[in-house]
Amino acid sequence: MIVKRNELTWFERLYLPALIGGLKVTSRHFLNTLTTKTPVTQQYPEEPTKVLPGYRGAPYLVRDQDGATKCVSCQLCEFVCPPKAIRITPPGPTGKPADRTNAEKMPEEFEINMLRCIFCGLCQEVCPEEAIFLKSDFSLTGLARSEMIYDKEKLLALGGTHPGIQKWKHKLDEAKEQETFPVKV
Amino acid sequence: MAWLDSLSPQTQFVFFTLLKIACVLGPLLTLVAYAVLAERKVSALIQDRVGPNRVNLPLIGSIPVLGPFLTKLGFWHPLVDGVKSFIKEDFTPAHVRKIYFWLAPAISLVPAFLVIAVIPFGSTLGAQKMVIADLNVGILYTFGIVSLGVYGIVLAGYAANSKFPFLGGIRASAQMISYEIAMGMSVIPVFLVVGDLNLGKIIEHQAQNGWNVLPIFGGGFSAQSLLLIPCGVISFLIFFISALAETNRLPFDMAESESELVSGYHTEYSSMKFGMFFIGEYANMFAGAAMMTTLFLGGWTLPFLGLDVAPADGEWWKGLLHIGIFMAKMLGFMFTFIWIRWMLPRFRYDQLMDLGWRRMIPLALANIILTAAVLALTNR
Repeated sequence: MIVKRNELTWFERLYLPALIGGLKVTSRHFLNTLTTKTPVTQQYPEEPTKVLPGYRGAPYLVRDQDGATKCVSCQLCEFVCPPKAIRITPPGPTGKPADRTNAEKMPEEFEINMLRCIFCGLCQEVCPEEAIFLKSDFSLTGLARSEMIYDKEKLLALGGTHPGIQKWKHKLDEAKEQETFPVKV
Repeated sequence: MAWLDSLSPQTQFVFFTLLKIACVLGPLLTLVAYAVLAERKVSALIQDRVGPNRVNLPLIGSIPVLGPFLTKLGFWHPLVDGVKSFIKEDFTPAHVRKIYFWLAPAISLVPAFLVIAVIPFGSTLGAQKMVIADLNVGILYTFGIVSLGVYGIVLAGYAANSKFPFLGGIRASAQMISYEIAMGMSVIPVFLVVGDLNLGKIIEHQAQNGWNVLPIFGGGFSAQSLLLIPCGVISFLIFFISALAETNRLPFDMAESESELVSGYHTEYSSMKFGMFFIGEYANMFAGAAMMTTLFLGGWTLPFLGLDVAPADGEWWKGLLHIGIFMAKMLGFMFTFIWIRWMLPRFRYDQLMDLGWRRMIPLALANIILTAAVLALTNR
């Protein structure tokens, strides 16, 4: 596309119209912000940020409706984690049994290094038990590196509960939804 | 005040001069700090933002309405900024030329303060004239000192020994030298009209014959004052634009140009050395604003309510009012400086030089001739 550039007139080359235009715009914004008090700034720590659905924040472990650990220590998330932020210690043959029915075992220790985590959501996607979710937390801080490695208790406490004990049900529904077109959301 | 009278006139002079220096420098530095705050607040308002509103002092912050209001205003930010620039690490890069590196901030700071010395910032308080040095060559002194200001920037650019500061220094030197010519020529009409170089006399003349920028009141509507209006307006505009260029303000901030040269001549500086450049820049703006007020806007006078003459004995409130009027005019100019910064984009370097050499200087020369012709024809 060829943009037609008109020659500037004598008046325009005086730089005055641009100057007056600029004065108008800036004074209008100045007075509007001064009087109507509607600046676009969000006062962050006082006004919490609204996180939209689908936001990928920090990954936390969830409990089921009975308060039992959903994770069965299958270590799929540990294997899939691209930055190797997750470290799971399985219970082993002599470890504690799972605290819910229909599960063989639960992790002895489950650590996520939040300094390594890239919040990609692969752990949530790969989890067959719907036990790990990316929540809406985005401002994780600590005074030492060791504080940023979240252990099992902390992750479970932060994750809250997520009912839906029927294994694979949601995955099955999701798969069925994709067979029809257009996809229902 | 008996002990004051017992001193010799020389000692009294020294005493009062030192007192005036203290009374000018203290408020000036405070004003500089608050000009930075004003810059940040005004820019925020123009850009629909909130601006600095975080610093809260322990005791004052807990006063019911005032404390939160001052915090919202960002009133304590200059204080915190000052403390910050003192306690930051003063880093000297390994590759700089050390002597010049240490010298440059001081050299850029001093001229700005020296200019203030000849500005009459008020009429009289008691028997004292409100000017630190009542020089007969006031304006020549000012131009001599102002042209020293370029050395700080050039030295900083050279001392940093790296490319961006060097480019900034080169640009600044060319720009400031060019615009000094236009600036010097733009005030010649003022002296043609007034016939004196003393800044106090210039203010007196304006009180009687109307402000130089618009000489219509005071002396009445004579043919001469009407004919002098375009001369006054043109020389004021040229002086104003040159003052923007001299103080390295947008749209002429070639020395700094953040988007091209990182931050120009002070790229390698940190901590209080950077702070000194900053103070120097704003003190220069105040000096420019004060010069414009004195030369074109009648200094501490107002053309009504009898505020255009020096107060009689015992009218000390009037003397204070005169200082207030001067401050108001100067701060008005400061606001305009800040406003323009957030309105206009930076000129390209060749456009800047073109404007200086091919527009401003011929216009200023023509204005001198015009003024002289008007004065000759109206038979002054």
